[in-house]
Amino acid sequence: MDFTIILQAGIASGTVLLFATIGELFSERAGVLNLGVEGMMLIGAMSAFSTTIATGNPWLGVLVAMLFAGLISQIHAFIVITLQADQVVSGLSLTFLGAGISLVLGEGLSKAGTVALLPNFSIPLLTLIPILGKIFFTNQSVLVYIGYLLVPLSWYYINRTRPGLHLRAVGEYPSAADALGISVFRMRYFYVFVGGMLAGLAGATISLAVSPGWFSELTTGGQGWIAIGLVIFAQWDPIRAAVGAYAFGALRRLILDIQGPLVLLGFDNPFYYNPYLGFFLQMLPYLFTVTVLVIGSREAMRKRIGAPAALGNPYIRGERGK
Amino acid sequence: MTESTTANKKRGSFRIRVEPRLNVPPAWYPAAVTFGALIVALILGGVLISFAGGDPIKSYLHIANASFGDIGVLSDTIVKATPIILVALACSVAFRMKLWNIGAEGQFIMGAFGASTIVLTPVLSAETPRWIFIPVMMIAGMAAGALWGFIPGYLKAKFNVNEIISTLMLNYVAVAWVNFWIFGVWTEGGFQMSPKFPDTASLPRLLDYAKTFPILRGLTTHLGLVIGVVAAIILWFIIFRSRWGYEIRLIGDNPQAAKYAGINITKNVIWVMMLSGALAGLGGMSEVTGVVHRLQTAPIAAGYGFTGIIVAWLAKLNPLVIIVASILFGALILAGREIQPSGVPKMIQGIILVCLIASDFMLRYRIVIERGEE
Repeated sequence: MDFTIILQAGIASGTVLLFATIGELFSERAGVLNLGVEGMMLIGAMSAFSTTIATGNPWLGVLVAMLFAGLISQIHAFIVITLQADQVVSGLSLTFLGAGISLVLGEGLSKAGTVALLPNFSIPLLTLIPILGKIFFTNQSVLVYIGYLLVPLSWYYINRTRPGLHLRAVGEYPSAADALGISVFRMRYFYVFVGGMLAGLAGATISLAVSPGWFSELTTGGQGWIAIGLVIFAQWDPIRAAVGAYAFGALRRLILDIQGPLVLLGFDNPFYYNPYLGFFLQMLPYLFTVTVLVIGSREAMRKRIGAPAALGNPYIRGERGK
Repeated sequence: MTESTTANKKRGSFRIRVEPRLNVPPAWYPAAVTFGALIVALILGGVLISFAGGDPIKSYLHIANASFGDIGVLSDTIVKATPIILVALACSVAFRMKLWNIGAEGQFIMGAFGASTIVLTPVLSAETPRWIFIPVMMIAGMAAGALWGFIPGYLKAKFNVNEIISTLMLNYVAVAWVNFWIFGVWTEGGFQMSPKFPDTASLPRLLDYAKTFPILRGLTTHLGLVIGVVAAIILWFIIFRSRWGYEIRLIGDNPQAAKYAGINITKNVIWVMMLSGALAGLGGMSEVTGVVHRLQTAPIAAGYGFTGIIVAWLAKLNPLVIIVASILFGALILAGREIQPSGVPKMIQGIILVCLIASDFMLRYRIVIERGEE
């Protein structure tokens, strides 16, 4: 087994989690918990794939995926921001709704065959860096490179710009932000939309680049939930989110690839000879998420870093103490 | 008071104003709002079905006919409703404490696994009489489900780990765990399923008594329904008539007040998660011994755990209303299997939940229409 190849594929696979995690991070920074990531990713994956089949243009597929998922996210925004309903239950319902709509509209898509995919390419010069050049910059999908750009840009936007300051204010102390003339409602709608678009992009990354095709609910396989867990692990910081997303991507690839070879580290590969042991490998990403959450939560408790203070609470104008 | 929260819309000489409800609405009002939300959901679902190229009226008539049309299908509807009752009870008790256990699916699967170990290990031989077999399997199923609820409960209580994520992750682990056993250890002829259970390890069904009462021929309703109804009644007493239930409700409504009243929240988180897991596990036991009669993932992990969330919410977490709501959803699932496209039942479930949550607004605010010039 060549580990650089696994890591190279792991980065691509981690890009899916990266988009979804950063999207959820924006939404949560504005004070809105959106548990509908899995549903929005399914919408994105389905609409990207079907648009590409219909038009032959994968870029149009990505665009439709982002807009459709963004649109679906606005249902959640309306229910929790305007109607002030419980964010947990509304997010859950968005997951059901997204899965249901994508199953209905995606009927028959799984037999559609192959489509034009997004281009892969290498970055000249950067590929010459030993090991890292091969892992990060050789024959990756264009979306992977977009992911590389998204991380520092998000960090800079949140921590170093005026709109980013407003975003943090809305999530931490909405009534103070409101008093300064920032429209809390409009900001929250907007960042839920951003979160939806990035979840849609994550879905499109699966169906047009990482594992092309539409496999109904198995397309995402719980990655939307892992992304929500990663936001907690990342303590609402894009850089940590990227580290977590790529590590998870590498783990997912490793689990797929470890069952292939006859010999593993000089021994007979037990996963090849006893394929049913693979079920334990399948558990790993999910057990890992729980472990990562334990670590993240303990650290947050010790360092007294927490979620954005207003996360999960509706903002009601004129109510005291919020 | 109204100034700050009004959203004014001018329409001719009418003014529509939204203002917070100050008094408690009459008892029929929440039920009417819920019913209205269901109707709106069905209309929205119909619009989406026709978008996807289906015929909404035909689909709905088909659902009604194929689930309540005669006593045979009614019995099948009840069979589908049975696991939903237990899973929705599981969700309702956790939700009442604002503990978001969305791992009922995994606890359900582990319950089925726990009950199956009694037959497949085997702990009891196939000749053991039913009246011993069934209680032992019930206990094993509840224990396995409770264990699966204990893990996230403990992590939440000790390390403040978000239970939404941990319960959901454990769903996937439970599926892989059962797959390992039925594929690697208890496989029947290399298929991913265990051998069939003996009759002594199956819940009695109505059709078993068809010799004495011919009218029961072909009816598959099984003892699980009785287990579910009894569990609902017991849970109702726990929640509304016991000290523990009072603590659970107080923590859910106002955790600060509960803390100052000296209620041990940490302990309650763990116990409620275990109770929730045990109820879901009992559902898994009922399904594996009453319907499937062997351990197999596909029919067990069929999404009952998620339907239970919606049903618990529809019933406003009331254990007795859950029974009725479960039968409605049993009908939707039973009839939905034949509807094309196949995602329709899932989509309708999602729309129903969306409308239910949106309708809560009508309970907290009232809409006032005023005549007169601006």
